[in-house]
Amino acid sequence: MTRIIGPIAQATLLEAMRSRMLWLVGVLLLLSLAAAGFLGQVAIIEAAEIRVTVVAALLRAAAAFLTAAFVVMSMVRESNDKVLELMLAQPWPRAAYLFGKLVGFSAAAALLTVLVTLPLALIAPAGRVFAWGLSLGCELIIVTAMSLFCVITLTHIVPALAAVLGFYVLARSIAALQLIASAAETSTLWTDRAANWIMHAIALVLPRLDEMTQSAWLVGAPPTAGTLTSVVAQTAVYTLLLVAAAQFDLHRQNL
Amino acid sequence: MRERPLSGVPAWVTALLAIALALQIGLASSRPEPSAKAEDLGAPPGVNALRLAAVGEPVALAKLLMLYLQAFDYQAGSRVPYRDLDYGHLEQWLSAILALDPDGQYPLMSASRLYAGVPDPAKQREMLEFVYREYLKDPNRRWPWLAHATVLAKHELKDLPLARKYAVALQQHTTAPDAPAWVTQMEPFILEDMDELEAARVLIGGLLASGRIKDEREMRLLDRRLKLLEERIGNKNSGKRP
Repeated sequence: MTRIIGPIAQATLLEAMRSRMLWLVGVLLLLSLAAAGFLGQVAIIEAAEIRVTVVAALLRAAAAFLTAAFVVMSMVRESNDKVLELMLAQPWPRAAYLFGKLVGFSAAAALLTVLVTLPLALIAPAGRVFAWGLSLGCELIIVTAMSLFCVITLTHIVPALAAVLGFYVLARSIAALQLIASAAETSTLWTDRAANWIMHAIALVLPRLDEMTQSAWLVGAPPTAGTLTSVVAQTAVYTLLLVAAAQFDLHRQNL
Repeated sequence: MRERPLSGVPAWVTALLAIALALQIGLASSRPEPSAKAEDLGAPPGVNALRLAAVGEPVALAKLLMLYLQAFDYQAGSRVPYRDLDYGHLEQWLSAILALDPDGQYPLMSASRLYAGVPDPAKQREMLEFVYREYLKDPNRRWPWLAHATVLAKHELKDLPLARKYAVALQQHTTAPDAPAWVTQMEPFILEDMDELEAARVLIGGLLASGRIKDEREMRLLDRRLKLLEERIGNKNSGKRP
């Protein structure tokens, strides 16, 4: 199985390296550093903190978008070029193809993490940047697995990308939504209670992305070892869930 | 993908592109420069709505909101007088930003140094009270701004009881090791200005006796102050005598 997964992953990583994504990342870094310079100029105090937090938030969101877009586009292109059918016609289990793609995309996400994290070390303490980068890597792996699941299920670029971005925004905002919904706990209206219950039910199947890769780690209290362990554990569990769901869907498809 | 040379593009397409670009630039430059007028500062959205809009990055949003709020102070080289701002709304904005980023110092720095500097005593008091309330939530991090508020209350508002209230709070709640000793020793000096010489003497004596003052120079300074106070009390008492 490893002999099949390895080359698929390698080809996927090669595709990422040869695509224009690296150029995009370069432009993104330049723009972020320019934004950092501008914000530092307009701030009266805390210029360094403003620079670091805003740039980190920008890089985090952009890295998530680039990862999702790359996975979705690459998979749809492969499907349109009939590469997917060719792969599935081989005497391999479907899981080998899926794992190969996941490993390749995850490696590309790790590379992207390194590229966007390193410049942050110029404006923030290295130890904190390392923790932030580790968490970003975990977050991008979840985005990769989610994108893979959505594109296998929805098969088209726009619905898949919209679903991934919707998932990402929801997972990042779920704590705030729960907070708002919990105000209805004392309400006597059944609709308020139902909304609260639904919000909590949704939260059960979402990863807590709002607790990951916080830009506040770079300027305030750094994350504890427990926080980072919880980030890694959340990534492992949620990636497993998404891979299982993608695997389930891939087996159901009549290809 | 190989591209054709530029000469391969029909002339009318190039002309159309140039005209459209010129039109857009003309239209954009005819628009007035965006400006933030003080009276335009409305109430902020609720903290929960802001948390939702932060998409998991409340600290980054708080920093950006502070810069947005600051845009109502500066515009195109001229400065909008802070007193034109609706201070009720301003306070709500600052509170919301602090709720998103409790460790941030920018909102309280702005409140005590910028917005409390307007020549309008009512608005100054509003800002100083805001600083006082927020100080009580995190004294060891926010003492610099209440210390500044104390100075403003004493020298600008000339409201010694208010300055004393802030000085007492600083003395009672600030325990941060990085806070200089003068921060917690302002009360006796304010009492002295209020002509409460006896109370000031007791406080300075108490400070010296408590052993909280470790620095030799500070001890000498307070000791000298104590002697001066005793001298003034003596003179006052002898002056009162028939």
